[in-house]
Amino acid sequence: MTPQHLLSVADLGPEGIDEVLRLADTFVEVGRRPIPRVPALRGKTVASAFFEDSTRTRLSFEAAAKRLSADVMTFTSSSSSLNKGESLRDTVLTLEAMGVDAFVIRHSCAGVPAQVAGWLESAGAASAAAGPGGAGGTGGTSGAGGAGGASAVTGPRGASVLNAGDGAHEHPTQALLDCFTISRERERRFGHSPARPAVLSGLRIAIVGDIRHSRVARSNVIAFSTLGASVTLVAPPTLLPPSLCGWPVEVSHDMDGVVAKSDVVYLLRLQSERMNEQFLPSLREYTATFGLTAERARLLGPSALVMHPGPVRRGIEIAAEVADSPCSVITTQVANGVAVRMAVLYLLLGSGAQVGA
Amino acid sequence: MVDASGSRRADVLVKGEVVAAVEPGLSGGGHGTVVLDAAGCIVAPGLVDLHAHLREPGAEEAETIETGARAAALGGYTAIVAMPNTQPATDSAAVVRQVLDLAKGACCDVRPAGAITVGREGRLLAPMAEMAALGVRIFTDDGNCVQDASVMRRALEYASGLGVVIADHCEEPALAGAGWMNEGELSSLLGLPGRPAVSEEIVVRRDLALARLTGARLHLLHLSCALAVAAVREARAEGVAVTAEVAPHHLVLTEEAVGSYDPVFKVNPPLRTASDLVALLAGLVDGTIDAIATDHAPHPLEAKQVAFSEAAPGMVGLETALGIALGELGLPAERVLALMSWQPAAIAGLAGFHGGPVAPGAPANLCVIDPSRRWKVVAAALASRSHNTPFAGRELTGKVRHTIFAGEPVVIAEEAQR
Repeated sequence: MTPQHLLSVADLGPEGIDEVLRLADTFVEVGRRPIPRVPALRGKTVASAFFEDSTRTRLSFEAAAKRLSADVMTFTSSSSSLNKGESLRDTVLTLEAMGVDAFVIRHSCAGVPAQVAGWLESAGAASAAAGPGGAGGTGGTSGAGGAGGASAVTGPRGASVLNAGDGAHEHPTQALLDCFTISRERERRFGHSPARPAVLSGLRIAIVGDIRHSRVARSNVIAFSTLGASVTLVAPPTLLPPSLCGWPVEVSHDMDGVVAKSDVVYLLRLQSERMNEQFLPSLREYTATFGLTAERARLLGPSALVMHPGPVRRGIEIAAEVADSPCSVITTQVANGVAVRMAVLYLLLGSGAQVGA
Repeated sequence: MVDASGSRRADVLVKGEVVAAVEPGLSGGGHGTVVLDAAGCIVAPGLVDLHAHLREPGAEEAETIETGARAAALGGYTAIVAMPNTQPATDSAAVVRQVLDLAKGACCDVRPAGAITVGREGRLLAPMAEMAALGVRIFTDDGNCVQDASVMRRALEYASGLGVVIADHCEEPALAGAGWMNEGELSSLLGLPGRPAVSEEIVVRRDLALARLTGARLHLLHLSCALAVAAVREARAEGVAVTAEVAPHHLVLTEEAVGSYDPVFKVNPPLRTASDLVALLAGLVDGTIDAIATDHAPHPLEAKQVAFSEAAPGMVGLETALGIALGELGLPAERVLALMSWQPAAIAGLAGFHGGPVAPGAPANLCVIDPSRRWKVVAAALASRSHNTPFAGRELTGKVRHTIFAGEPVVIAEEAQR
């Protein structure tokens, strides 16, 4: 069963991820049409509520929603009532009162999408209980997939929440588009089509850099390993999470050795403020030790892919000539982002109608 | 009837503000005597809380002395120590007098703790002698740790001359300050920055070393981790004059509760792990820890219905502490009462007024506990002005039926009388 919300990439499971990737194939095709638009979500409203600046992800989600013919409402904190003292919860409930089928939430604090999902569900349960017809709503439609409850039977389920990045927790659609990019790019380049759903089976993927503060790393560790890849984290110990107990990963501090034997080298963005917080002595030292310099890139295998979630800091995480070389699929990631987000929106909001037409 | 001298079956007669008689088969005190049914109940000295945030003056939207004292009486307390992190801070005789004035007519004895430093800023010593002259016996910058080891040393030295206790909130801000939950496996998965247990251990060990150096009386607030319990146990064996408390939530809740990202579970020090719970309980059993104290920290709804990063830390506890302690720790009632009544009374300098023993001539500060009463915590039904309880919906066993403060039944049959 499709989850109501996408808070963690783990909500999908291997079959769910595979379904997103296969839907995304369709939407890539849609994107190539003269009019890249399908009526799949006509009449649905998607609110993108970004409480942290992120033009790229927001535009990608909005493009995806528009190509599915959904109506889009945009809320960004810089231009918002948050500046007038309205709470996050009131903002969400206000938008919901206007009629929203899906919230795309970005926030600098981990857990906000989960909180929003909880607020929407308890508000929905309250209005169902108070609603006309004396249905006697049992209240407490507890969590996604709760089958019981009057409202679940008699009415459409409440708004979905899509996590578009919460603090250092998760960024599920980034992980999905990364899985899609690796899988389809390898198919395109090397022609082989691995057994599904473990579409990354046997691949060695290195994630390099500020794992500690990275939501992209957390989602990708889950998604890559769910699809059968083996993941190695490469970072100085200060930029690893305090505990990796239970993580399906290996850890290395030897960038050269890992680069030489990886099928995918995934570089994370490094924020300059990490120096002020004593995570690192200097950017120069970071680049020398963990950057994908032109010299280090020569160690890459012939079929290796280089990835980055953006925005790229050329000369820090990756040398400019490596970012522009054939092994880099950084712009492909961005291109695939729209199709993958269309797939996610369609999966969560679609009525099951055909995509085509 | 249970007090520090043991347990026995008896009736208790109260006249005026004192206990008049304690013996089996008492038959009323004449016309107009109020008879409180205590069948199946434990009659005990009133509970004493070393650690309550009453928010007045300055944050009356969260709690007032009146509402906090009412919540306390409903929880069986006849005395509570009001933490000084008010606005302004309780760092002068003037604010102490204000709190004492506001406490007149309250449902229980409200004893202000004074701040160690001016404005709780950790720099200049507050006028402890002036506050001690008004009856203040505990000094703390609670909410803040006294960061500067030299300031802490001088505070301990100065306090020892006044016969008062210095109490510290043990968390090194350089290690804990950026965190919102326990640091470890779970914080790594949730992507929430952590407050490591060592940030508590480091300050506990520093404070114990300074207490050894100065010979002063030290009290450690809301210990939360196994590392801290071990440090206190070692220091006690050495003879350091230290006492320690633990909060109910640290005894029965773990960091797993934070997995929902519900800020009601955000508290400093944070909820820790199952092995920390075991160590804290062992500390209660072997006497390393002297008291269960609530760290009652009321916050209005709007301070909790926000992102985890922005939520105010703390949870209410006055009305649930006894139910948790009696029903969920597996300790005998005598031990629970020692930890919640006469031992904290001694630490707060209230022996003789609170904490018993229940004997003729003693002040009539009593509670009557039904140890087998099962009840469900309903947040909205709490008497505290704020309802940020982590135990909403939980079934507890053990509840206060009556509370007698200064001879007056302030709670009768679970209902507050004022």
